[in-house]
Amino acid sequence: MRAAGRGRSLPTRPARFTPVIVTFHIFTGDPMFESLFQNILNALQWGSFYSLIALGYCLVYGVLLLINFAHGDIFMVGAYIAFFVATFLLGKYVSLGAALPGWLILALVVPVTMVLTSCLGVFIERVAYRPLRRKGVNRLYVVITALMCGLVLENGNLALLGASRKSFPELLEKSIWTFGTVSLTNLKLIVIVSALAIFWLLNTIVTRTRIGMAMRALSWDRFAVPLMGIPVDTIIVFTFILGSSMAALAGVLFAMSYPVLDPYMGASIGWKAFIAAVVGGIGSIRGAFIGGYILGFVEIMVVAFFPSTLRDLIAFSILLLIMTWKPTGIFGMAKTTKI
Amino acid sequence: MQRLTVPLLLLATLAGLVLAAKLGWIDLYVQTTLMFLCINIIMATSLNLINGYMGEFSCGHAGFMAVGAYVSSLLSVALFTSSATFGEPLLPPSLALLGLPLCLLAGGVAAALAGLLVAFPSFRTRGDYLAIITLAANYIIISLVENLDVIGGARGFMGMKKVLNNMEEVAGLPWMVIWTFVGTVFCVWILQRYIRSSMGKGVMAVCQDEIAAEIMSVNTNQVKLTAFLLSSGLAGVAGGLFAHVVGYVNPQAFNILKSTEAMVMVYLGGMGSLTGSILSAGLMTVLLEVLRPLQIIKWVAIPLLLIILMQFRPEGIMGNRELGDLFPKLKKYYRFK
Amino acid sequence: MALLDIKDLSIRFGGLIAVSDFSTSFEGGELNGLIGPNGAGKTTVFNMVSGFYQPTGGAIVFDGTRVGKLKPHKVTALGISRTFQNIRLWHELTVLDNIRVSQYSRLGYNLWDCFLRTKNYLGREADIDRAAFAILEALDLDRFAAEYPKNLPYGLQRKVEIARALSTRPKLLLLDEPAAGLNSSDVDGLIKLIRFIHKEFKLTIWMIEHQMTVVMSLCEWIKVIDFGRTIAEGAPEAIQQNPEVIKAYLGDGTI
Repeated sequence: MRAAGRGRSLPTRPARFTPVIVTFHIFTGDPMFESLFQNILNALQWGSFYSLIALGYCLVYGVLLLINFAHGDIFMVGAYIAFFVATFLLGKYVSLGAALPGWLILALVVPVTMVLTSCLGVFIERVAYRPLRRKGVNRLYVVITALMCGLVLENGNLALLGASRKSFPELLEKSIWTFGTVSLTNLKLIVIVSALAIFWLLNTIVTRTRIGMAMRALSWDRFAVPLMGIPVDTIIVFTFILGSSMAALAGVLFAMSYPVLDPYMGASIGWKAFIAAVVGGIGSIRGAFIGGYILGFVEIMVVAFFPSTLRDLIAFSILLLIMTWKPTGIFGMAKTTKI
Repeated sequence: MQRLTVPLLLLATLAGLVLAAKLGWIDLYVQTTLMFLCINIIMATSLNLINGYMGEFSCGHAGFMAVGAYVSSLLSVALFTSSATFGEPLLPPSLALLGLPLCLLAGGVAAALAGLLVAFPSFRTRGDYLAIITLAANYIIISLVENLDVIGGARGFMGMKKVLNNMEEVAGLPWMVIWTFVGTVFCVWILQRYIRSSMGKGVMAVCQDEIAAEIMSVNTNQVKLTAFLLSSGLAGVAGGLFAHVVGYVNPQAFNILKSTEAMVMVYLGGMGSLTGSILSAGLMTVLLEVLRPLQIIKWVAIPLLLIILMQFRPEGIMGNRELGDLFPKLKKYYRFK
Repeated sequence: MALLDIKDLSIRFGGLIAVSDFSTSFEGGELNGLIGPNGAGKTTVFNMVSGFYQPTGGAIVFDGTRVGKLKPHKVTALGISRTFQNIRLWHELTVLDNIRVSQYSRLGYNLWDCFLRTKNYLGREADIDRAAFAILEALDLDRFAAEYPKNLPYGLQRKVEIARALSTRPKLLLLDEPAAGLNSSDVDGLIKLIRFIHKEFKLTIWMIEHQMTVVMSLCEWIKVIDFGRTIAEGAPEAIQQNPEVIKAYLGDGTI
């Protein structure tokens, strides 16, 4: 991919091509467009992970104004839980009698992982964040506590399971559809579709339901909401359940797509997803979702057309430019100051 | 007398350290730990200016440290030793003795310039948006260094040990101990003077109410620029010292984890307390060394300890007070200005 | 030459015209009032004069300098200072430090002076301290110099805010609802205070106020605005009788 792209400038054709023309080129086998199209698919998949994690950051931030730096590591724990649940169901630890089919295992792994990971998220909230919130300390101390929770999860994992990487079992039979040299796997499709579905679901919850309304109210005014008889702690717990279960889903999908797990996978992806959430406009669900895809696209495209070592450099420079252009992110609203 | 207490005490400490190192009372391990302690003090106090006094949330402090580390190392290696990268030394190697502090300062200046990357966006944006700009700056700096093959890229850069050897040939003293100590005192002293002045109080005014500050004639952009340049410049000095203490630099030594370390020290010590930062830097360094035998468990134990500490003392060890505020009687005996 | 000359000042936020064609002029030494119902645009006028908002039309000339595009700290350095509707002191700085920092435009030393504690630095800091204490003493606040404003009662916080505004050495002082939230005995004190600083510091004062006792006993000339437009102006007695003003405040009686 890189050999084809390097040294050559981007296609000289007009940038505003219509999808029809793209398909046309795919089938006539223009390698430039095919690699571009393939990269778009890859970017959609890669961006989906960022988006799912960024949504979790965004939810917690929107409600509590807390950057939950442990979120990336909750994603990592989600992937590990998925690993253990899957291998358990595959009969690695105790014999389960009959071998379950892969799709059934997957259907069980997803909800179980989501529930267990949510428990972790809620546990952290109860034990570490809530007491601090009650004391009304500067929110940066809560942020530092979140960072520490992340470190505990990472290194606790390393201490418990050792440094050897786990490889995730293959649960789905891979089917690949190829168009010319462009290939689309069923997994890729699942990742992209589930990210979109989750976004839709979340959007619905936040804009259409009572609890979603309470979440939005809480983000507007933290002092008035409890006075209106809304159970704040319940709402916060619900927020953490939502965020953590999305991280868990991202964990399962990530483990299936890139089946090597290591304890530090959450840290790097988590930090970057946080950046994506802010670029989109932190606190805005749409912003976090789009931000994740922007980061995914930038990273994949940089790797496709430049040496891969330049990935962080170019990706973050672009993000810095976006932030300079729109200081409150793409969908973020500037806080109006009244005097 | 009051005026002389602190300088005398510092001089005595330095003399004691040099003597102890020279006579072999403290071995290299202890010396290195003490030097790391000093470097951590610089990191914590300089970050406190931004995260504590100015109330921003900078999480890319290690990036500036990297700039300082690389620039000062490149300079000192190019000037005072023969190396594969730069060839013959440009100046007589024996000059390293006096040249090193200048290299460190140059590293600080370069880091301050890198601080512009964050300072300019800070004019328009605050809080969490600025936080990710600092984060992105850290990533960009690391990534830039990794892609510069001339200076070793991801493999890192070395040769600083030769500079130190040159220095010890001229006079057999533990030069790094001396310069690290002097550098730390210099940094804390500069910060202290800045923060105590009416000019530096502007930083706190910007933190508490930026609009009121601007309307009450405080040039907020100038204040932010000064604070960011000062903070990142001092981090650069810390980086230069770090590079020369270790004798080897590698871009990943300055990643987000290093920034996190500095952040933890600031919040552990208390936002807006220099003595708090110094205390917590000491505490963290010692704790890291004491718990070394636990290996990986150390990295679980320390965060856990901090989480628990936060529950009991959520404003950090010192809050926003200084040592003199806690023990007013002490003030009779010293003056640190 | 007039001290402050405002001509046809307008500002719009999106589609909303907050202030339109506002004109006024100060010769120097007046104590004038600006009144109007809530949301009439009074504070917006002050915000434009102090440089916080940039007007979309018209001109503000202060002491021969056009203010419109200047940053707020430059405007303050020119000699316009103000207080805020809801007190905006720096609550974690002592009262004395509040007054010191507000002299930022007259610091007179740079960073190197600060690091090296040069003669210049020490001299200037001493001057700043002297000036700060002079203001605190004049306003009878010197007892509270080491206090944190958040620990002071509301009335005193107001007074500290006025002291802070004075420390920028203004020629024109804008007071945005100085009596808001004060009880009646505090209000009497405030009236005396404003009269005192008007005379003692030889200031021009322009104030927004809702409490008629304050406005009527202090102001020489009053301007009334509603929905961004000037509806009346005149001496206090005339304003009290003006039917337009009564209508704006109380409605026109038709239901």
